[in-house]
Amino acid sequence: MLVWLIIIPVVGALLAWLAEHRTRWPHPRWIALITLIIELILILSLWVPMGTGDHGVWLAELRRPWVPRFGISFHLALDGLSLLLIALTALLGIIAVASAWIEITQRVGFFYFNLLMTLAGVIGVFLALDLFLFFVFWEVMLVPMYFIISIWGHEHRIYAAIKFFIFTQGSGLFMLVAILALAFVNYQNSGHWTFDYFDLRNVGLSPAAALWIMLGFFIAFAVKLPAFPFHTWLPDAHTEAPTAGSVILAGVLLKTGAYGLLRFVVPLFPEAAFNFAPFAMTLGVIGILYGAILAFAQHDFKRLVAYSSVSHMGFVLLGVFAWNVWALQGAVMQMIAHGISTAALFMLAGLIQERLHTRDMRRMGGLWASMPRMGAMVLFFAIASLGLPGLANFVGEFLVLLGTYRVNVTLAVLAVLGIITAAAYALILVQRSFQGEPRGTVKMPDLFAHEWAAMAAMIVFAVWLGLYPQGALNTAAPALKAMRGAVLAQNPGPQMATRTNDR
Amino acid sequence: MIDLLWLVPALPLAGFAILSLTRGELSHKAVAWVGAGSVGLSALIAVLIAIDFISAPPANHVYTQTLWTWMRVSDFTPAIAFYLDTLSLTMVLVITGVGFFIHLYSTEFMAGEEGYSRFFAYMNLFVAFMLILVLADNLLLLLLGWEGVGLCSYLLIGYWYQDSNNGRAARKAFIVTRIGDAAMMIGLLLLFTHFGTLNIQELMQRVAEQLPAGSGLAIAAAVLLLGGAIGKSAQLPLQTWLPDAMAGPTPVSALIHAATMVTAGVYLIARLHVLYQLAPSIQFLVAVLGALTLFLSACTALTQTDIKRILAYSTMSQIGYMFMALGVGAWTAAIFHFMTHAFFKALLFLSAGSVTMSLHHEHDIFKMGGIYNKLPMAFWSFLIGAASLAALPLITSGYYSKELILDQAWNSKPIGPLFWLIGLVTAFITAVYIFRLVFIAFFGEQKTDIELIPGNSVRIPLIVLSVLSVIGGFIALPEFLYTALPQNEAAHEGGVTLVLRLIAAVVALLGIYLAYAVFLRKWEVASRLRHDHTVQAIERLAYSGWGFNYVYDKAAVQPFLWLARVNRGDVVDVIYSATAAVTRLAHQVLSLTQTGGVRLYAGGLAAGAIIGLGLVAFL
Repeated sequence: MLVWLIIIPVVGALLAWLAEHRTRWPHPRWIALITLIIELILILSLWVPMGTGDHGVWLAELRRPWVPRFGISFHLALDGLSLLLIALTALLGIIAVASAWIEITQRVGFFYFNLLMTLAGVIGVFLALDLFLFFVFWEVMLVPMYFIISIWGHEHRIYAAIKFFIFTQGSGLFMLVAILALAFVNYQNSGHWTFDYFDLRNVGLSPAAALWIMLGFFIAFAVKLPAFPFHTWLPDAHTEAPTAGSVILAGVLLKTGAYGLLRFVVPLFPEAAFNFAPFAMTLGVIGILYGAILAFAQHDFKRLVAYSSVSHMGFVLLGVFAWNVWALQGAVMQMIAHGISTAALFMLAGLIQERLHTRDMRRMGGLWASMPRMGAMVLFFAIASLGLPGLANFVGEFLVLLGTYRVNVTLAVLAVLGIITAAAYALILVQRSFQGEPRGTVKMPDLFAHEWAAMAAMIVFAVWLGLYPQGALNTAAPALKAMRGAVLAQNPGPQMATRTNDR
Repeated sequence: MIDLLWLVPALPLAGFAILSLTRGELSHKAVAWVGAGSVGLSALIAVLIAIDFISAPPANHVYTQTLWTWMRVSDFTPAIAFYLDTLSLTMVLVITGVGFFIHLYSTEFMAGEEGYSRFFAYMNLFVAFMLILVLADNLLLLLLGWEGVGLCSYLLIGYWYQDSNNGRAARKAFIVTRIGDAAMMIGLLLLFTHFGTLNIQELMQRVAEQLPAGSGLAIAAAVLLLGGAIGKSAQLPLQTWLPDAMAGPTPVSALIHAATMVTAGVYLIARLHVLYQLAPSIQFLVAVLGALTLFLSACTALTQTDIKRILAYSTMSQIGYMFMALGVGAWTAAIFHFMTHAFFKALLFLSAGSVTMSLHHEHDIFKMGGIYNKLPMAFWSFLIGAASLAALPLITSGYYSKELILDQAWNSKPIGPLFWLIGLVTAFITAVYIFRLVFIAFFGEQKTDIELIPGNSVRIPLIVLSVLSVIGGFIALPEFLYTALPQNEAAHEGGVTLVLRLIAAVVALLGIYLAYAVFLRKWEVASRLRHDHTVQAIERLAYSGWGFNYVYDKAAVQPFLWLARVNRGDVVDVIYSATAAVTRLAHQVLSLTQTGGVRLYAGGLAAGAIIGLGLVAFL
């Protein structure tokens, strides 16, 4: 069952590519759309908890030997956390296809091939429980995204694509070394090779080794997240990518970094991670404030949204390393909420660029007069971005803050300042694009029906998760509880007890 | 009937949904019906609930309605639940009642505006959020209403979006209040972490049980929540946004920036009175901030020339009275003054709006004049509002609520008489500034032509609010509130009360007479004083709102903008660019050696070999 989650997008990708020059085949965009709808249905059908696997919280699991000589297996498993993120991936994939529908006119088949391959890689990342396999998927999602940026991107696409590639690839190497080191230490201790997640949770590393290996993972995930000061690839990549690329990058790809921190960094190296936590949380808070101030300063619509992502993902980093029930639930909510609000803003940026042929807000202003509906959408998602209670982002941010406060009051207080800076950048975005004196008298078409429908769907999700997030919270809860339990079992130290205390 | 409570906020919310989903395609008439009708229905239900509540009070005079659990994470289980006691019932009645009449007024006032439907959508959303704010049974839901009304305030200040100044005023309002909200949010984190709940009643119970009076925790929580309250209620030092908020349409100023939203801070502190009683130093701070605000903004109101800005400063000043009342423990008096103020200040704004409507949207009082007999409706209603604001003895509602505050201020410890004196002096200034406005704007010679005479949708709200501004003082609201708020024992101490009231009554009359003498009879002393340099300097300072904007601009806004500007390119990226540049440089330097000359290569090989061998040999 699980393997189909990966096979379907791969097959869809190949079909889309093949369809490029075959006139009698359906258009590649239809193939991509149908593929993703099937994927979404499939993942929703798994939502109803199936038989539990060996580890209680796993809804489905698949393990086949792959390279037995080194203990590498094709090990996939799905818990509530993966499920939520895969559902988000499929959903935003559909949004991405919708936003590429008209925008992409060159080498269409190859575009959808890359799009679906990236998504297949992402889904693999969310499912893999063998570190070697995880690394393979990690690379699979990178290369097609490089092509998406470098072929279909905007003015500075080559620069942005290479920067994206070097950052991700370079940091990925740290992770590869860390994976190999971890497996090697385990081999020395136990006498057999394995890359399996569950086996590698109890390696018995020396504190120094644990710290270094943990850092290898941390850097890879922190770059992807992105955490300050590894964030500088993101504004370039997001800004230069075509709309669909930005939607996938911000909505989905960043979440793999957060997922990695949650799934691997803390559970594999609890002691080291907790010693490192104050540092990581500080980076999170710096990211929140620094990203927001930079977002405020930008002239480019997409760049502003890109820096706001740095700010939002700072909350995720903060929540993961606070590691109590509120903070973790908050981090997961924040991941989903950010996926929705930022994807919507990027899509809107794309629609504006289609009509105005610019992303420069110095050349916008007063667009409300000609496109009130689009203005309302920008307003809505800007408001969601600044964390208005009742919308999804607030739930994530507030829970993270609630959890952080218990661990470190100073950092929580500093992070709260982020709600002020968020207001500054979100409102200036609306002001500079849609309010003020209208420029020029060119009549621009407002949202078309299908664009309006896509936006309305995202609004429904943002409001639903903002007013009744229990569905998402409950889905992730067992997975998070199991992770916290496993960490607690390994380290019943006093420091941990206070951190994981549920009160 | 009482179980229909949820409909009270739900109806305006539905109005908002209808207006925003139809995306401006409804006719003006339909928009007016939906916009004003939803609030009217909500007001009707609120009245029925009130009748129910009074005739057959629920147990403990409290009714709770839980709709659903907002989120459940471990023991954090805030609910979407409403809490109705006499305090929230009073607030609901004022919000829906005054709100309805302001909506009715707007149907005519805003006629012909582009975005008519957008206006009513935002107004309905505002009413819904405001009702959620006062009905919330937990602080997180209260925060939802709190931020929601802030959003609507932002949207409506910036309603005429094509003028960037309006946008600036709107953002200023949102961001300044959000500074207070950040403090409030930290307060919520602190309260939940230490007491394990955000449900207001449970929280207050636990706070009272667990904290001794004056404990550090109580002080921290009280001061953090006070931060939110002063931001929303435009009290010192977060008051600077309110005068600029007048950029919005006049009904918005009446509803949001006078009658309801800006008093949310008063409501918050009254609702959490148990906490403030446990933190006497912070409660005292509330009184001090209130006293400072009420005096300073009344002085500023004396110098302004824009009719709406005068009323804005007046609003800050009157909320200052409410804060002072809260600070001295006159809980019920504060809410009483909230109610009478909602009546007469909404009346003042609406009648001012009807004047500007008739005078080509002229806001400068010195360009009005001589219209008292040409616009009798506007004149009489403004006069009634002004009399009530000036606390004209016995016949106005403002007199009764202000007296109650002054009495209890006098009896408070430790510096009650000082608070009383500030309140008294300001009452005098209040009478002067509002009758200065009356005499300048309505009497003397006419300077602007009358464009139109408003119709019934404008007149009815003016009449109703005029009546309320007179009889509002006879409602026995303080006694009604005793089931929700503590009675102030100090209130009826001593026999000085009658003397105090007499003094206050005389002072109000003197103020009106002074305004008459100076601004209508043109006293010579006054004009001589006005040419004095010291007086002029003070006047300039007061006119600028005591320089707060200047200081904040230099101390906070400019540094932030500077930081954003210099770092637009992201300084962190320099590290990576430098790495890339060094790599490229090294590449270029090394490529220079790649000449293709065999002799050079051979020489290089030989030199390398010699150096290598030399190193091996000698080290």
